[in-house]
Amino acid sequence: MTTDSFMTAASDYASEVDNTFWVLVTISGLITLLVASLIAGFSLRYRRGSSARRGPLPERFGHEVEIGWTMATLFLFLFIFWWAASNQLSALDVPSNALEVHVVAKQWMWRVQQPGGAREINEIHILENQPIRLVMTSEDVIHSLFLPTMRLKQDVLPGRYTFLWFTATKTGVFHLTCAEYCGTDHSVMAGRLVVMTAPDYARWTSAQPEADDLAHQGEALFFALGCSGCHAPTSSIHAPDLRGIYGHAVPLADGRIVTADEPYLRDSILLPEKDIVAGYAPIMPSFRGAVSEDDLVKLIAYLKSLSTARTLPSRQAGEDEVPTGAQ
Amino acid sequence: MSDAVTALREPWPDLDRQREGVSVGIWLFIASEVLFFGALFLGYTVYRTLYPEAFRIAGAQTDVFYGGVNLLLLLTSSVTMTFGVDASRQERRRTTLVCLGLTMLLGTAFLIFKGFEYSADIAKGLFPGAHFPLQPPQTQLFWAFYWVMTAVHAVHLAVGVGVVGVFALILWRRLLPIESPGMLGVATYWHFVDTVWIILFPLLYLVGRS
Amino acid sequence: MTNAAIADAAVGTEPASYLEAGHTLISWLTTTDHKRIAILYAISITLFFFIGGIAIAMVRLELMTPHGLFLTSDAYNRLFSLHGIIMVWFFLVPSIPATMGNFLLPLMIGAHDVAFPRLNLLSWYLYVFGAAFTVYALLSGGVDTGWTFYTPLSTNYATGYVIAAAAGVFVVGFSSIATGVNFIATIHMLRAPGLTWFRLPLFVWGMYTVSMVMVLATPVLAMSLLLVIAERAFGLPIFDAARGGDPVLFQHMFWFYSHPAVYIMILPAMGVVSEVIPCFARRAIFGYTFMVYALIAIAVIGFMVWGHHMFVAGQSPLANLVFSFLSFIVAVPSAIKVFNWTATLHRGQITFEAPMLYALGFVGLFTIGGLTGLFLASVPIDIHATDTYFVIAHFHFIMVGGTVSAYMAGLHFWWPKVTGRMYSEAWARFAAITTFLGFNATFMPQFVMGWDGMPRRYHYYPDVFQAWHVMSSVGALILAVAYVLPLIYFGWSLIYGRRAPANPWNATGLEWQTSSPPPKENFLRLPRVEVEPYAYSDTDQVSGANNRMPVRAQGETA
Repeated sequence: MTTDSFMTAASDYASEVDNTFWVLVTISGLITLLVASLIAGFSLRYRRGSSARRGPLPERFGHEVEIGWTMATLFLFLFIFWWAASNQLSALDVPSNALEVHVVAKQWMWRVQQPGGAREINEIHILENQPIRLVMTSEDVIHSLFLPTMRLKQDVLPGRYTFLWFTATKTGVFHLTCAEYCGTDHSVMAGRLVVMTAPDYARWTSAQPEADDLAHQGEALFFALGCSGCHAPTSSIHAPDLRGIYGHAVPLADGRIVTADEPYLRDSILLPEKDIVAGYAPIMPSFRGAVSEDDLVKLIAYLKSLSTARTLPSRQAGEDEVPTGAQ
Repeated sequence: MSDAVTALREPWPDLDRQREGVSVGIWLFIASEVLFFGALFLGYTVYRTLYPEAFRIAGAQTDVFYGGVNLLLLLTSSVTMTFGVDASRQERRRTTLVCLGLTMLLGTAFLIFKGFEYSADIAKGLFPGAHFPLQPPQTQLFWAFYWVMTAVHAVHLAVGVGVVGVFALILWRRLLPIESPGMLGVATYWHFVDTVWIILFPLLYLVGRS
Repeated sequence: MTNAAIADAAVGTEPASYLEAGHTLISWLTTTDHKRIAILYAISITLFFFIGGIAIAMVRLELMTPHGLFLTSDAYNRLFSLHGIIMVWFFLVPSIPATMGNFLLPLMIGAHDVAFPRLNLLSWYLYVFGAAFTVYALLSGGVDTGWTFYTPLSTNYATGYVIAAAAGVFVVGFSSIATGVNFIATIHMLRAPGLTWFRLPLFVWGMYTVSMVMVLATPVLAMSLLLVIAERAFGLPIFDAARGGDPVLFQHMFWFYSHPAVYIMILPAMGVVSEVIPCFARRAIFGYTFMVYALIAIAVIGFMVWGHHMFVAGQSPLANLVFSFLSFIVAVPSAIKVFNWTATLHRGQITFEAPMLYALGFVGLFTIGGLTGLFLASVPIDIHATDTYFVIAHFHFIMVGGTVSAYMAGLHFWWPKVTGRMYSEAWARFAAITTFLGFNATFMPQFVMGWDGMPRRYHYYPDVFQAWHVMSSVGALILAVAYVLPLIYFGWSLIYGRRAPANPWNATGLEWQTSSPPPKENFLRLPRVEVEPYAYSDTDQVSGANNRMPVRAQGETA
């Protein structure tokens, strides 16, 4: 790894962060220089026995100056806050064409699932100029995914999804590291972010071991685990229809209306009694212990795929055959 | 001999200032205790807001009888303590000591009942862990707070009983005069411990029982 | 007791200093004299300073090479954890308040002792008791969670002595609270006649504000650690995601204390600097009133910014915005103080004894540390810089460049008062300058490597950072020498140092109007205050200063 794999700004956002950084360095440098020269200057000029003029300052001089520099400081600091906050706010909107990559952290490695089904350990291969959204969770303690060249990091938590999005504008191999102390091998829980041009990425993708994409794998699980037993439209159990559920507004029994995003779907599988859908009895069992984090990734990918025009295949309760060639 | 025993101690210039000082000191300590218990109440509030149904299911398992009896015991003990403070101000020695004694007795009775309640809870398996009898798992959160909150309160109460006892002994042995400023400090602490239980009671015993 | 001392002492003899009032170990271990308790604390925290220092010396040695030298990762992790725990709770938090605060507060306000002398002794025993737990944890093999004890690592996964270490911190927290309660009551209730609030020295204001923060913030830490202990010992679900618990709740509780804790560490330091600079510039502090309100503002707003430690922890963007805004606001009063200290030099008659060197060093290093705080208050900058060496450099500039410099300034300033001896000015100035240089050599490289992506708490690290690490470790060696030197010349001064007069620096303040060292009861005649603080003039003599032994008055009551 060269210094570039840490320090280069590999996205437009990273360059903006660097701009803010250098503005702050300049302002801080000037203030430090000002304070240091005043201290040095006064120490020299007013050292004991020097001939400089002493005596008291006029009273009003004290108050005006004090209020003046207080306000100046306040305005400067508020300006810096506003500058930084606008950077922060403009980075909040995730582009709708972002490619989702799932990351599961555990002591002491990163397991990565590409949407196309490819799996990686400690590496994320992505296409340049393609917005990427990382959906991350931990299997054990709190970790933190740090991409220095993107100027980004985000803590990765157990029992929750956290997110990071970016668009790499430079190709290359960049550092990826854990930034939240997580135990013995925290300092070697590192990896690579590999940003590739389109031809290289295509070549890499086709070289990956053949695997179903995540949604297909999720569909298999959906039947294997018996979800279809209640959630298929022909089921005799009264359970919410999952067609088109992702991104939809869901009215809950306690009157709230929530959006069915990844955390909601995850909680519905693991903590089904947490948010009961209006009009349904709280009879869904929890699948904690029966599904791993990787399984959850696949199930959620499948549920998201139901927001396209696909219909939920109707199957009898109890059948667990994997549909072949279903599309 | 009691007129030679003075409550005034270094560095206080006079007894009135010392009395005020004890008041300032004990209220500052109470402030720190409010934040100590406050952190616990914050945690409870967060989880009750997140999992109201689980808290209702879990809360139905607490024993209102024990909780209510303990509430009455502590409220009564605050009354006896207040009478004690009043008697102390009027330098009525026997009344002061009797009130302190009753306060101790009532506090100890609370702790004994609490002990019975704890063994009943354990007999029902209501300690968070692998064999917890209730579902969903978030019911364990309520019970975790039950055990920590009541245990921390019980420790404070036990310390209170000890302090009241030692103070009563000091007064009885005439090491301090009956109108000693320390009485106010002891009483203020006792009322605080009582107040914590007044807050804990609805949080732990009235959830899921509307 | 005081009346008896006056009545019994023969006219013309010197009153016994507090150091001579009892020579046995028991007399020291059962003392209620605030000055002796201050010495007990000073010995304890110095011991722990060096234990914490040895831990980090081993760390910095290990970091000379990227692939490790002589430590396993587990050992390394335990060393940096212990360094943090010991330095924060067993050195920095008690440092100035428990030593200088205890010694000087009654003297500065003209009282015989603090409000509750026996509570004061208890607070030292609580410190010792807490320290015992921590030493037990250390000797058994240490704890490896970092000083921050994050869940669920600390509750479910860490293999070290988490419960012992957390218990040690839990207990020592009550030492803090006891000290805080004592100081607030003392300042409210025991000021000498004429000493109104706005005539108090800024050191006293520093003690007052720090005490408020200690009393109100420390209990929250105590509860958060109690919950970690209970969870780990009994398998509770409070921070366990699998059962609905939220590990981030721990962070909120922890930082609700730990952010005000950094103000616990800096407010007393600011108080010390505000005493030293006016004395050696021979000029009243510039803008006394603003300085008082700045201390109060820092203490109050300091309670509202804890979320800036959690910008990447999974908080909402709105929370990030609010905490960022408040963090910029809390920087304003600190900036005002820097301007006022600088302005105090204007038209002064400045000399550069060791206390002044340390105090001026404080102003410069605190400025840099504070400015880098603005970086970290900016969310996009913090997202990159948090959990890197940038943050380590930032807080060491404040806590070491700031607080430790001020502690040294105060130690030198009041050494003659406490011990009755003068130290070697030449060696002290040399140590002060070496400290400043060694400190910058240690921590400036850390800003650079932090922004370049070097994460914190890393045993092994990428090769590209080695040059910076070597620079930093060499600086640390220089710093270590600079910290050992005072042990030597202060120790020497206790035996061979020139005897100090009551007011060797011609300083204002009531503590200088009694002998060096003071008698056990502080003042034989309690002073009456009629002037503003810092009544320095162009001449060397401080008006009203009394360099002779204090006169006993007939029939004066306490």
